[in-house]
Amino acid sequence: MNGIDMSLVDWSRGMFALTAMYHWIFVPLTLGLSFIVAIMETKYVRTGNEEWKRITKFWMTLFGINFAIGVSTGIILEFEFGTNWSNYSWFVGDIFGAPLAVEGIMAFFLESTFIAVMFFGWNKVSKKFHLLSTWLVAVGSNLSALWILVANAWMQNPVGMEFNPDTARNEMINFWEILLSPVAIHKFLHTISSGYVVSALFVTGVSAWFLLKKRHIMVARKSMHIAAVFGLLSAIFIAINGDSSATYVAKYQPMKLAAMEGLYQGSEGAPLVLIGILNHDKEPGDDSEDYVFALKIPKLLSFLGYKDFNAFVPGINDLVYGNKKQGIIPSEEKMATGKKAIRALAEYKAAKKNNNMAEAVKQLEIFKDNYKYFGYGFLPDKKSTIPNISLTFYSFHIMVGLGFFFIFLFALILWLLRKGTIEKKRPALRLAILSIPLGYLASQLGWVVAEVGRQPWTIQDILPTMVSTSHLSTGNVQITFWLFLILFTTLLIAEIKIMLRQIKIGPKGLDESKKERR
Amino acid sequence: MSLKKITSLYIDGFKNMGRLGKKLWLIILIKLFIMFAILKLFFFKDFLSTKFSSEEEKSNYVIEVITTNKNPEK
Repeated sequence: MNGIDMSLVDWSRGMFALTAMYHWIFVPLTLGLSFIVAIMETKYVRTGNEEWKRITKFWMTLFGINFAIGVSTGIILEFEFGTNWSNYSWFVGDIFGAPLAVEGIMAFFLESTFIAVMFFGWNKVSKKFHLLSTWLVAVGSNLSALWILVANAWMQNPVGMEFNPDTARNEMINFWEILLSPVAIHKFLHTISSGYVVSALFVTGVSAWFLLKKRHIMVARKSMHIAAVFGLLSAIFIAINGDSSATYVAKYQPMKLAAMEGLYQGSEGAPLVLIGILNHDKEPGDDSEDYVFALKIPKLLSFLGYKDFNAFVPGINDLVYGNKKQGIIPSEEKMATGKKAIRALAEYKAAKKNNNMAEAVKQLEIFKDNYKYFGYGFLPDKKSTIPNISLTFYSFHIMVGLGFFFIFLFALILWLLRKGTIEKKRPALRLAILSIPLGYLASQLGWVVAEVGRQPWTIQDILPTMVSTSHLSTGNVQITFWLFLILFTTLLIAEIKIMLRQIKIGPKGLDESKKERR
Repeated sequence: MSLKKITSLYIDGFKNMGRLGKKLWLIILIKLFIMFAILKLFFFKDFLSTKFSSEEEKSNYVIEVITTNKNPEK
């Protein structure tokens, strides 16, 4: 596209990815640890056992560190919408504004109010009110995630809106259709439960470190038990939820599904790649093999995508070049339709400016008839509909592999706890510690699949990324990119240092009067 | 909970805060200062609002950009 500076687009994307990924380092622990702490405090209130209070306070302190350092890192993303993605921000209109406004209000009232009771209210309010506050912080944190995820899901599957050609904005016509869209519900549940797994791995790993060091053994065992149950249930839920999410990806983003599987040539009864290495010389439309090596499960991709073992799953070639037999339109045809819509929008605006209402009505009809593929009209060639295959494929397969590994790990930990031999199984304890970064890795890769896999779109089929950016100078974006990198890296180092110090102090440091039971 | 109790919850909470709490609040305040007083003010101005004052001007600009694929200012 002659008018678009691709280096500007790439730097803007890079900056957004950087800030979103850093933000997502802090969020998962807030989402899950808040619930783990609430469960621990419930144990304390129900049993009256002071040991549980000590455990709750210790993990609450770690929650507080993460919350304090991570809080408002997401605001940077909102800054970027207005500065770097102004075309996009204008185009999406109130679709984005309403959920984010609700998020702001909910986050402020639920989190900010009850978090004060959580930390300051131990001797000020009743046990039950304190417990209620802790649960409300957990629910509030998770509900704030709902709204931003609803907005993100809308970009992947734009429903409940209508484009207004006079204002160039999308206008919400059905709030409930946006909120209750199956894509939004699945995205929300998948994302928050990934946060629960990250948190469960964190608690399990820190407890494993205590056990390895033979410190705070009762605290570690009790914490590990709660975290492993919470983590196992969440990891199993993610696997089930991921399976149903595949149905919606197949329906609304078939190119993303093809990229996730590195599938070039579609087929009926398509297999699922369990482990594979892509053929990196492969080009769309050529006859070379898709994989250098692949271990496949027959027909499983068809079942996951369409709940039918013999269903046709379109590959990248089918989606780019079309497949008449399966009724798939070639990308070039969609591009022609999109160009018609763009032209009609320009003509419509010109006709209105010249008070030629008959022409305006005619162009508006043409625009509406072709709007479905509006975004394709901006694409320079048919192959630009293909996302980065390697990044999407490997991210997806590593994420899924890690997901199943976490189920195994939590089950193993629970089994060893039940047998009462966990302290002696040092390799298992080391594995639990090493799994803390793996949880973060899996969670980040999930976002890579979701966001890289949906390229070239910011709004599926409607607005490509390359048209969404503001016309800034690339140099300005580069400066802010490096500023953010410094700021977020400093915050991350601060978090790790403070967190490690507090873990070393352990629960003992919070209540010296209590003798550690071993 | 009365207003007095709520106020004392916050006042006593901040008064009796330990070293860790104070350190975290310091980090929060420095971070918010950097974000709002430096980044937002100097680096993250709202692109459309800095160039246009009315909604109509903004929409005309965006339509021109997306229909011509060119920066209308150049």
